[in-house]
Amino acid sequence: MTAIPTLAVFKFASCDGCQLSLLDCEDELLAVADMVQIANFPEASREVAPGPYDIVLVEGSITTRHDAERIREVRRQTDVLVTIGACATAGGIQALRNWSDVDGFVQQVYAHPDYIDTLATSTPIADHVPVDFELRGCPVNKYQLLEVIAAYLHHRRPNVSRHSVCLPCKRKGNVCVAVAHGTACLGPVTQAGCGAICPSYHRGCYACFGPAESPNVGSLVDHLRGEGVEPGDLVAMLRGFNAWAEPFRSASDRIEEGSRA
Amino acid sequence: MTQRSATDAAVVFDPATIDLLIAELSDRGYTVLGPRVVSDAIVYGPVTSSSDLPVGIRDRQDAASYRLEDRDDDAVFGYVCGPQGWKRFLHPPETTLFTAAADGDVSFPPPADAPLAFLGVRACELAAIHVQDRVLLEGPVADPVYRSNRDRLFIVAVDCTEPGGTCFCASTGTGPAAGEGFDIAMVELLDATHRFLARAGTDLGAEVLAALPSRPARSDDQEQAGRHVAEARTAMGRSVDLDGVEELLYANAVNPHWEDIARRCLACTNCTMVCPTCFCTTAEDRPSLDLASFDRVRLWDSCFTLDFSYIHGGPVRSSVSARYRQWMTHKLASWHAQFGTGGCVGCGRCITWCPVGIDLTEEVRRFRDTDLRRIAVPVAGPFPVEGGPR
Ligand code: SF4
Ligand code: SF4
Ligand code: SF4
Ligand code: SF4
Repeated sequence: MTAIPTLAVFKFASCDGCQLSLLDCEDELLAVADMVQIANFPEASREVAPGPYDIVLVEGSITTRHDAERIREVRRQTDVLVTIGACATAGGIQALRNWSDVDGFVQQVYAHPDYIDTLATSTPIADHVPVDFELRGCPVNKYQLLEVIAAYLHHRRPNVSRHSVCLPCKRKGNVCVAVAHGTACLGPVTQAGCGAICPSYHRGCYACFGPAESPNVGSLVDHLRGEGVEPGDLVAMLRGFNAWAEPFRSASDRIEEGSRA
Repeated sequence: MTQRSATDAAVVFDPATIDLLIAELSDRGYTVLGPRVVSDAIVYGPVTSSSDLPVGIRDRQDAASYRLEDRDDDAVFGYVCGPQGWKRFLHPPETTLFTAAADGDVSFPPPADAPLAFLGVRACELAAIHVQDRVLLEGPVADPVYRSNRDRLFIVAVDCTEPGGTCFCASTGTGPAAGEGFDIAMVELLDATHRFLARAGTDLGAEVLAALPSRPARSDDQEQAGRHVAEARTAMGRSVDLDGVEELLYANAVNPHWEDIARRCLACTNCTMVCPTCFCTTAEDRPSLDLASFDRVRLWDSCFTLDFSYIHGGPVRSSVSARYRQWMTHKLASWHAQFGTGGCVGCGRCITWCPVGIDLTEEVRRFRDTDLRRIAVPVAGPFPVEGGPR
């Protein structure tokens, strides 16, 4: 590494929310700026310093041929590549196209469909290049983001747990919305990291942080079916920001197959 | 403190006196914690008067289900165990143990200032506090955080007369009447006149009781209380035969039924989080960005996570069946060898708060039904695969 390590942020198909989490670190941003030279951060500055970089944060998924090329170039430019957010780690909400006729959308939406050059799928970065660390969330949690940056700068493993949302939910002392209110909650199969925000506000977890380390989605689905949740609603629950993450994808496919049969 | 005999100075007071009890404890410098309705559940927290208490409310509990309902009386303690017990006040879910600076300076947070008084501790919860005493105070090293919360604790226990749908303290021998270790124990009587029969367990408890307006208990008070508590013993929502359960679980370490449980279990950790005796923690170092200092933070942990059994090379208990086996075998079997007591007090929380309703009383029955010792399958040793109990 150079004297001051360089950090660059690259954006692919995404809403910019995860990059904004970095800007949102108002109090800590100066400390970050002391530790790293921010070489590329489109949300903060138009200036772009050329690579190679020490750490690259990648936001967004791959939805075009051009981006599939560009991510290879980004990978060549960096020592450490960290993907941030549900788009970069699972394909994002736009991965719903993976179940649909993308050509049909293009024909319907655009005045000049022939101008549009897009892939039929939205896929995570790790499908295209090796990734050093995947930080989950829609958007990512700013403290986890700082933790990952600090961990790479200090050459240690980030403190990012892979267990379920239920663990921090219970540590917080929340009353479980699933058991006490009968609200469908994906917390038991979702990775922690958000601080159990939704159950803290009496809502079920939406699985923004993707599947937990050993998600038994099938058992939760069976239970929710028993509680009277309709198959279509279960599919919609599982096909959110992390729809294309394998455990959610295959569980939602199985429900569809089951209700077709 | 010396435990006094149960009938020593038993007195009777009316429901309004609960307010005076709270005031008396506050005046003595205690932070009084008791039951309140929070988010449609009975949750323990600070109470300043009886208007904070869940008067006229009961809970209905079953596997994966908890609902509050109105009662047709003004019972103050007419519910049973809530989502979480007293554990979080004695053994907090997140504690900063110390802060260390790069220059070598280490500072420890000050201990809690006000002593705690728990109002409405159930028999199983009292037993659970004793189990955690065994684990956290009576081992080779006493936990200073637990000790500072526990040492000055004042306990007002309540005997159960209406057990809940997932209760089974009669099977674990931990209820429904409060055993040892309370300062005051009460039975709420709802017959003809609504009143409390109270007894002191310690000199301090007797002193507090003496400060409250009351009359001496009569034989009809004692008789009614005795009858209701005895009836409670036969009205448990669940029961489990724990006779020989240690040998049963050890002998069935490779029973395929563990796989059946793993198909249902989410490894979500809820059962361990709500269990009033589970004590496991992990430690996290949280350095400042400039590395000038770090906090060492202790957090509740669970044997259902992969990191829990991670050693060099990977987790020892990677399958969910191995993790459920760890939990159940620890609670019901190896706890005895480790701490000289059982790890389950029959509160039923792990049944109620399991998001898919896995019921350990039912699973014990299934192991009895499929006991490998009756089916004569040779087993190499107690734990031939993937780790044993801690
Ligand atoms: S509310 Fe959801 S996340 Fe929280 S404990 Fe219940 S199931 Fe888990
Ligand atoms: S194992 Fe279950 S029933 Fe037993 S003490 Fe723990 S939570 Fe209560
Ligand atoms: S090992 Fe598991 S069952 Fe045993 S105390 Fe720890 S969390 Fe509870
Ligand atoms: S037994 Fe229930 S509460 Fe415990 S880890 Fe499994 S699913 Fe979660």
